[in-house]
Amino acid sequence: MSGIFAKRRARLLAMKALRERYVPPEDAVSCPQCGQDSSHRAVAQNLHTCPLCGHHFPVGAYYRLGITLDHGSFRELYPKLTSQDPLSFPGYREKLENARRTTGLNEAAVTAVGTIDGRRCVAGVLDSRFLLGSMSAAVGEKLTLTIEYAERSRLPLILFSASGGARMQEGILSLMQMAKTSAALDRLDRRGLLYISVLTDPTTGGVTASFASLGDVVLAEPGALIGFAGPRVIQQTIGETLPEGFQRAEFQMEHGFVDAVVPRQQMRDTLSRLLRLHEKGGG
Amino acid sequence: MNKALTAAERVAIARHPQRPNISDYISALFTDFFEQRGDRLSGEDASVLGGVALYHGRPVTVIGTRKGKDLEENLLCRFGMPNPEGYRKALRLMRQAEKFRRPVITFIDTGGAYPGLEAEERGQGEAIARNLLEMSRLRVPVVSIITGEGNSGGALALGVANRVLMLENAVYAILSPEGFAAILWKDAKRHEEASELMKLTAADLQELGVVDEIILEPGGGAHLARSITFRQVDEALSRNLNQLSKVKNLAAARYQKFRQMGTAAPRKENP
Repeated sequence: MSGIFAKRRARLLAMKALRERYVPPEDAVSCPQCGQDSSHRAVAQNLHTCPLCGHHFPVGAYYRLGITLDHGSFRELYPKLTSQDPLSFPGYREKLENARRTTGLNEAAVTAVGTIDGRRCVAGVLDSRFLLGSMSAAVGEKLTLTIEYAERSRLPLILFSASGGARMQEGILSLMQMAKTSAALDRLDRRGLLYISVLTDPTTGGVTASFASLGDVVLAEPGALIGFAGPRVIQQTIGETLPEGFQRAEFQMEHGFVDAVVPRQQMRDTLSRLLRLHEKGGG
Repeated sequence: MNKALTAAERVAIARHPQRPNISDYISALFTDFFEQRGDRLSGEDASVLGGVALYHGRPVTVIGTRKGKDLEENLLCRFGMPNPEGYRKALRLMRQAEKFRRPVITFIDTGGAYPGLEAEERGQGEAIARNLLEMSRLRVPVVSIITGEGNSGGALALGVANRVLMLENAVYAILSPEGFAAILWKDAKRHEEASELMKLTAADLQELGVVDEIILEPGGGAHLARSITFRQVDEALSRNLNQLSKVKNLAAARYQKFRQMGTAAPRKENP
């Protein structure tokens, strides 16, 4: 019986991930890093990294969960949560509607429970295609519920961040989600549960200044932009050009804020290894 | 209340150069202030002022962002915009407050965390995140007072409190109206329009459940009659501290307060 459901779940996830693909397979994809063209198929076979230089293209939330969790283990959590336009901000409802239509997502975060190599875990992903992965009250609420779910179920938590920061149209309520998610992580922490934060391109603003920086282990994808203030703002402040590689994943590792820079091809194995290393009584 | 003021006018009052700053509040409301410096990791940041003092004879930890009185002082404290060392110093002092079981009082008046190259190198985001997490679990009373501008995570990093009080003409927002207009409309000059939409006034924030109490200011702003301002702040602060001394599980109450923000209809009262 459970096999049928697992299969159906796997199909559903595959379909949702497929919706996220925005280019036909034969079309050329130009790499912003090396400037070379590859077929979309070649890029897709490489988990959406450039086959020539290794540049990591952004990926959607369902795709990310698909390449992270065991086939058929995915069960989505709180799928219906979506922004309520709490400040009645002009034009925001249309923006949300448009984002929902173009991405097929209800909000910028998707969270799920599943397994990696048979080990149960809770995983969440921010999707940068939905209003830049910005933190709405609904995103904060979903992440908090997910953290609380992990705490209640005594499961390790993995969050993949990709965000421009706060959701401007939700103002102060967006800001408050930073405190809410961080406080929930404190409770998870005191329960002795593992939290792995994976920083992907871009992780900035209020997301960097809250849950994304609070992992027991912090991983990052190569080349990901990670910081609090955006490079443009900093450049305006100091009035000079920023050094090469500033705020990139490798820079953050050098400065002590990231444990390891992990290419997408090795991410699942790395996460699996970390889950094993943190099992009670050792692996 | 100065009901006639627009949000943009309040922004201007909140930024008024003569508006009382953290040093003014400390000398007016506290005695025997001993300033503590340094984060014990790498440095000292003058844009956060903190230490131990007596409040009506009782030891408290007082911490606040510091805007300068003149250009020289402002350059030293980057116009009240902290570096990571400032936030880490604040955290160090809050941990000490817990150790010695004294309440924490924070004064917030900042344009935000400093967006500098070195701030990023030393983990501005991590410093703020760590404060949010650790403030949420402090077992001593925490009262925050937004006295001027409270912008962005740089303000919230001192604001995870049991009670958040706000001066009538202070503003509290995700970022400055100029920044907001620049991001949303690519036009920083539309800051006045942004101010009206952002719900950044004390009355708006009380309605949203973000602020617990509004401290009234003398007509025209706190700087016009400082002694009245200090008396109002003193009254609100001591009353809230008294109330909190009766709350049993302060960390749980604080968690619940922030847990409900942005869920359903905001509640006005806070246990």
